[in-house]
Amino acid sequence: MREVMTKSMTRNIFYGGSLFFLIIFLGLSVHSHLYILNTSTDADKLTDSVVAGKRIWEDHACVNCHTILGEGAYFAPEVANVMERWGVQNDHEAAFETLKGWMEAQPTGVEGRRQMPRFDLTDEQIRNLADFLIWTGNINSQGWPPNEAG
Amino acid sequence: MKYQSQKIALAYFSVAMALFLVQVSGGLLAGWIYVSPNTLSDLVPFNIIRMLHTNSLIVWLLLGFFGAAYFLIPEEAEREIYSEKLAYLQLAILIIGTLGVVVTYLFNLFEGNWLLGKEGREFLEQPKWVKAGIVVAALIFLYNVTMTVLQGKKTAITNILLLGLWGLALLFLFSFYNPGNLALDKMYWWYVVHLWVEGVWELIMASILAYLMLKLTGVDREIVEKWLYVIVATALFSGILGTGHHYYWIGTPAYWQWIGSIFSSLEVIPFFAMMAFAFVMVWKGRRDHPNKAALLWSLGCATLAFFGAGVWGFMHTLHGVNFFTHGTQITAAHGHLAFYGAYVCLNLAVFSYAMPILRNRDPYNQVLNMASFWLMSSGMVFMTFVLTFAGTIQTHLQRVLGDYFMDVQDQLALFYWMRFGAGAVVVLGAILFVYAISVPRKEIIEPGEVSEAPAG
Repeated sequence: MREVMTKSMTRNIFYGGSLFFLIIFLGLSVHSHLYILNTSTDADKLTDSVVAGKRIWEDHACVNCHTILGEGAYFAPEVANVMERWGVQNDHEAAFETLKGWMEAQPTGVEGRRQMPRFDLTDEQIRNLADFLIWTGNINSQGWPPNEAG
Repeated sequence: MKYQSQKIALAYFSVAMALFLVQVSGGLLAGWIYVSPNTLSDLVPFNIIRMLHTNSLIVWLLLGFFGAAYFLIPEEAEREIYSEKLAYLQLAILIIGTLGVVVTYLFNLFEGNWLLGKEGREFLEQPKWVKAGIVVAALIFLYNVTMTVLQGKKTAITNILLLGLWGLALLFLFSFYNPGNLALDKMYWWYVVHLWVEGVWELIMASILAYLMLKLTGVDREIVEKWLYVIVATALFSGILGTGHHYYWIGTPAYWQWIGSIFSSLEVIPFFAMMAFAFVMVWKGRRDHPNKAALLWSLGCATLAFFGAGVWGFMHTLHGVNFFTHGTQITAAHGHLAFYGAYVCLNLAVFSYAMPILRNRDPYNQVLNMASFWLMSSGMVFMTFVLTFAGTIQTHLQRVLGDYFMDVQDQLALFYWMRFGAGAVVVLGAILFVYAISVPRKEIIEPGEVSEAPAG
């Protein structure tokens, strides 16, 4: 390497090349941003209730047990397809009822089972959360997860 | 210690080591909840413990980086740090923020409050006021070290280190952007998470490693710095577009499956180069540096980073594989060894090198310190193996056969017991490390007579 390259050559390759890849990345980011807004998610259905549901999801740090689209902790089940698993995807009323039943049965207190805390959400909040999970289930995630188990 | 202001690093390293102990204890507790799930479930649920585990990791690594910068920049720039006062102010802000985070998480204060409540996106859970504090602290830091370097000698090591630290601070600004659209949220969330650990942190890692090699092996600076530029070039050429391996299944376009697969496969190269660099420098170097513990940590860092970040990362990065392994224990296995090898070992190498100098002693206590390396590293490697096995079984049962999550988890119990055991060994190693760095005043083994090589 001593004969082939000098230090200033390697430095210039580093700065020039990094800038080149950064520009490509930013270009693809702009395209991906627009793709998300126009193609893979449904902007019309992104209601106030869905956004409120997302905040509830965040305020209770749900992602530190569950995964959502595969990201999060690996302690509790995937939730991006939970409404599909429960057979209530896109049925807002049934999704609300099922989620409410689930949330209010926690914690089960069964010995040797992982415990989900009780969050004492209002009906309004559970409705928001259900809408958020339905909306998430409709994101075009390129076919992931492989099956209903998540 | 050549420059008085290097002393700042002592305070940073001490706080970092205290948080390191908090981090591994939190991890051990989380590992215990996996095998005994009712533990603390009413008082401190799993999600809170995991936040403490991951957040304290990030904060102590950052404190270590800041401390390392305050330690090496005066020597590289050949002048004192611009302002010691600002450096301590920065540390105070970070400590207050950390305490605020711990209290907010543990007692679940201000839930839902936009300024004071936790924000609840993975790793970026800190309340907004703490995030703002982090930005202020980072600005103070960058002002301080940039002024030092601008007025002093500029070397490749400080250039790359500063570039990495500036990138770190600028990318953190994306943590304030949290759109209601989950897919968009995730896309920019990775700007912080991926472009940190597989981008600018690698610049910081490579430059600190280069500094350690320069000091420990005595190899010519020209050679070290040429290697450094080659390593960071391969890091960013692969790492920037390698972000694509997180854009497979979150609502981003399908072309990321190819871009992500190709470029993230190349992310092995910088880690291989760092490992080759470290071993070649030690082999070439003629200096017999007395601080063997720092050398062991440096070589261990380069090697385990190659396996954890490089090999274990490659294992599940191709989109055809990742379709099945995404979000299983495979990810957890990779995450643990990658963070340990690349960033934990690097920081512990710096502490091992710098602490004796900062405290004006001989490099006490080598034997204990090296024992702690083998304890921690073997514990972490074993943990990685058992999580990999657990993840393989999980992938097959859950993603191929379609068994439900909790049914599969019940079948992994044996692996979680072994993971807990491995975690206990890591915690013991961590305690031993902190003890070896801070307490003993006498070497266990007295230096013996150097025997002459037999003639002939």
